[in-house]
Amino acid sequence: MKTGARSSRLGRTARRRLGKAVVYLLCALGSVLMLIPLAWLVRSSVMSLGQIFTFPPEWIPSPWRWENYPQALTSIPFFRYFVNTLVILVPSVLGTVITSTLAAYGFSRLQWPGRDIVFGILLTTLMLPYAVTLIPTFLLWASLGLVGTYWPLIVPHFFGGGIFYIFLLRQFFMTLPKELDEAAIIDGASPPQVLWYVIVPLSRPALITVVIFATLFEWNDFLEPLIYINRSSQHTLALGLAEFTGLYTSQWHLLMAASTVVILPVLVLFFFAQRYFIEGIALTGTKG
Amino acid sequence: MWGILFVAPAVLGFVLWQLGPIIGSLFIAFTDWRLAGTPQWIGAGNFEKILAEDRLFRKSLGVTVYYSLGSVPLRMLVAFALAVLLNQKIRALPVFRTIFYLPSIVPVIASSMLWLWLFNPDFGLLNSILRPLGFPKLQWIYASDSVIPALILMSLWDIGPMMIIFLAALQGVPRQLYEAVEIDGGNAWHRMRHITVPIVTPAILFNLILSIIVAMQTFTQAYVMTDGGPNNNSLLYVLYLYRKAFEQSQMGYASALAWVLFIIIAGLSLFVFRSSSRWVYYGGR
Repeated sequence: MKTGARSSRLGRTARRRLGKAVVYLLCALGSVLMLIPLAWLVRSSVMSLGQIFTFPPEWIPSPWRWENYPQALTSIPFFRYFVNTLVILVPSVLGTVITSTLAAYGFSRLQWPGRDIVFGILLTTLMLPYAVTLIPTFLLWASLGLVGTYWPLIVPHFFGGGIFYIFLLRQFFMTLPKELDEAAIIDGASPPQVLWYVIVPLSRPALITVVIFATLFEWNDFLEPLIYINRSSQHTLALGLAEFTGLYTSQWHLLMAASTVVILPVLVLFFFAQRYFIEGIALTGTKG
Repeated sequence: MWGILFVAPAVLGFVLWQLGPIIGSLFIAFTDWRLAGTPQWIGAGNFEKILAEDRLFRKSLGVTVYYSLGSVPLRMLVAFALAVLLNQKIRALPVFRTIFYLPSIVPVIASSMLWLWLFNPDFGLLNSILRPLGFPKLQWIYASDSVIPALILMSLWDIGPMMIIFLAALQGVPRQLYEAVEIDGGNAWHRMRHITVPIVTPAILFNLILSIIVAMQTFTQAYVMTDGGPNNNSLLYVLYLYRKAFEQSQMGYASALAWVLFIIIAGLSLFVFRSSSRWVYYGGR
């Protein structure tokens, strides 16, 4: 009887080990599938065109043509596009984080009549198709004569910065104990002081999350610059990369080098800040 | 009244960039507005033309629905499967989570370039792997009948946010529930069917709605990779709308197109929400 019990326990641990092995195997398989396109990208970016066009394909570049990178970066004004991207990105992110913080504070920790109804109305825009607002917004900027400038890409971010960020920050603010505000108010602090000296210092992770998401969004944005920017000297990196396809249709090595350069900054950002990505998304999803 | 002051920018932004444009869009949709000229009120003319005689409208709507029907369920399935994998109490979870998420941060313009190259029939990655396995030389985005399946395949690469939302929901499933099933003699399938899936239904609803909205408005991939081709077989709806508005300057017509899409998306969302009372389970919270 004793041995029977032991063997069944052995069977269970064996089965658990097997289960774990299967999980690891599937994770490894998934990882390969996710990473192989990126490996192909990097491999192609340091190959000669001759080696790219061989069949069956080779995985290891020989020689490693690092000069693809300077060549790709000088064939269109990459540095200028980079600066242009930052000129749009920095004020946009700043506007987003400031005004979404203000709004989230007003929607979570201050009492005023109609607060939750107004928030509910704003929340519906999360599901509003952008296609509907695209044209009238463009016509509005056109009537102001500002199409072809960066204003249409920057100014809207100073008006709340998008409900997604307000929602995310509000979710976070609501987890902070109410007694903090009350104590500060009793000590004579005004709401702006409470926000600045109490809420903001405690909310650094959430604020960083907003900065990261907004930065990523601006870096990746394609449609808005496409619509509002018409001179190529004003192009952003995303537009510059699109321009590349037209110019160098079959120069895959240069195209891949250029793409790698555009991907690299967000990759670095992701590695340093992935905790904020994961927690930020989880925060919006679980209670939504 | 501090509260109103604090939310004022956001509310003003809502009026200026959401509410105002929606109303404006509806108005513009009933006009003939070439960008250079003044708008002419033509009543329901645009809508009549769209519904009665615009073959490209029908084509693009069909293409978009085809893409969404393939992309939405498959993306949800892959994201859910990966989340379940990550929820198996393995030590290397952060590593795999990072890897699975990684493709999702790649800018869509760069991933479009990359996949354009992966899909290359002669020297691309996909055919390089498949042809030695005995597959024929697939044309991917370069053939009418495979362009949308190819774009659907590409959409499975960036499911990171969805996966994280599923994972967060899975981690909220109380352990005792699983133990209860085990005591009753249930197996892994029973645990999945009767505990895991019901408890993550709110996350399924959230992901479903948002991914429908995203899929129905996919633009950049088609604009950059296929330009709607071949034979308009990847003329996604927003690409068609973009051409009407920003290449042909038909603002009125394009606004009408936008409203048709808006109504379709709103209808779909409403349908999903209505049905959700039957399949979404809100537990203790």
